[in-house]
Amino acid sequence: MSLAATEKKPENVTNADPAVALLDAKSAPGRTARAKRILIPLLMLALLLVAWSLYVWAFDVPHYILPSPMRIADALVSDWGILGPALLVTLKITFLALILALLGGVALAVLIAESKIAELALYPYAVILQVTPIVAIAPLILIYVPTTQAALLICAWIVAFFPVLSNTTQGLKSTDHNLLDLFKLYGANRWQTLIFLKLPNALPYFLAGLRIAGGLALIAAVVAEFAAGSAGAGSGLAFRLIESQFRLNIPRLFAALFLLSITGVLIFAATSFISHMLLRKWHESALKREV
Amino acid sequence: MTANSIAATGSAREMARGENSAPIISLKKVSKVFANGTVALKEMSLDIKRGEFVSLLGPSGCGKSTALRIIAGLSTASSGSVTWPEEARRGKPAEDGGHEISFVFQEPTLMPWATVFGNVWLPLRLKGVSKRAARDDVIAALEMVGLEDFADSYPRELSGGMKMRVSIARALVTKPRLLLMDEPFAALDEITRFKLNNDLLHLWEKFGWTVIFVTHSVFESVYLSNRIVVMAARPGRVVEDMAVDAPYPREEEFRTSPVYNDYCRKASNALHDAMEASAEA
Repeated sequence: MSLAATEKKPENVTNADPAVALLDAKSAPGRTARAKRILIPLLMLALLLVAWSLYVWAFDVPHYILPSPMRIADALVSDWGILGPALLVTLKITFLALILALLGGVALAVLIAESKIAELALYPYAVILQVTPIVAIAPLILIYVPTTQAALLICAWIVAFFPVLSNTTQGLKSTDHNLLDLFKLYGANRWQTLIFLKLPNALPYFLAGLRIAGGLALIAAVVAEFAAGSAGAGSGLAFRLIESQFRLNIPRLFAALFLLSITGVLIFAATSFISHMLLRKWHESALKREV
Repeated sequence: MTANSIAATGSAREMARGENSAPIISLKKVSKVFANGTVALKEMSLDIKRGEFVSLLGPSGCGKSTALRIIAGLSTASSGSVTWPEEARRGKPAEDGGHEISFVFQEPTLMPWATVFGNVWLPLRLKGVSKRAARDDVIAALEMVGLEDFADSYPRELSGGMKMRVSIARALVTKPRLLLMDEPFAALDEITRFKLNNDLLHLWEKFGWTVIFVTHSVFESVYLSNRIVVMAARPGRVVEDMAVDAPYPREEEFRTSPVYNDYCRKASNALHDAMEASAEA
């Protein structure tokens, strides 16, 4: 039987995610499109910086109101001794919270998807934890937890873990019924069904949760630090930001803000990249039809 | 081909398949009532012998898929019994029959994250067969459906017909004694369906499986099977059990032969009666 060859395959597929499309360079027309995708935003950035500088220079705006981009860059370099360690603290809390959120979120999702009792017992409280504003819970956590760092970690974790939990639960539950039947027919046990079917099926959902959780972990780490108002050697970027505001050190405030934005962008790019690498071979979201 | 030679081939085949062996599966007054009170199946009795190609033909809602699911053990009968006399005679426990059943769904039902190889390996993998040990069987199953060159492709890279072939290869990899097919080609275009019909028949003749094939196509059931069980709806039940005594191998010419036409008319009339019976109920 050799009829397969006469049946036609669907068109070639390429990357749809613009962030990731930058990474592979194959076709010539694609290269022009990619160059545009990099050049146009960069040009826009240059224009904005020039306009900003001109405005500050032309109207002689004092730097404690609006510093020029150059002055912010200066602050970034000269204050690196303060901002660098603060960035490290914020990064540590963000990533630790994210990792714990992934572990906890997935574990709880499996529990909830596998056991109706666990779902009824736990899910409502996970929702309550999520919908209560973290700023409102933070003071309480600060009272009960011995160190500020641990409190910040818990705050960031609470915020980051919910998207992982809810997305992964959704993914585990949306397994194709026919595939579940197939596994049953071939005598798969619960463990095999989870490992070979439900978890791979939940992967795209989990990764969408990861992309959200990455951003939220950073936001929560900052918000929690605002609420905690920690000081001293162990303080993160959020504290340095507020401190700069109190001291009217606006260039440093902008520099701290810049570092936070860059961190957020890098987390988003990293999670998008991980997601793409894991799904590129099979999932619809990672593929685009050639037209 | 004369009527005589048809009859001769037909009976020779029946003898070869062992007319007096115990049925491979036996349904006795099997009923299925769903929780909402719908009677999906009412007192269905059916004996399937080794080597038979049986089509369950009927309008939607006649319980043909339900019957198939009960046979597969995916659903349980509300009353009546499902037994495996041939297994029992060989001293095998009833539930062991499950390992020798394969099921092909209407959709290809492939795991999108696994390659063609991974999908076909699945039934063996679930029994604890390693990738290396399963390799030969998987490749053999892919060769049967003509997809040995696509072992490393992902399902989304394949056409609808090729996906269905993978699904069939997955069903064949366990060397099943009973192959259950639930409208497997219903979603395909006619040209692809004809091709797969022929391929399925060739494989069936070569390996001599027992096939229960659910369809709502008169033509497909006549072309493929040597026995058609016509069912009516509301409640789902068997209304006609007819033999198709046309010889195999059946090739494309069979589709235009008078014998084929006769059986199509017969099956069509039976289906028509079944639909009337469904409407009256």
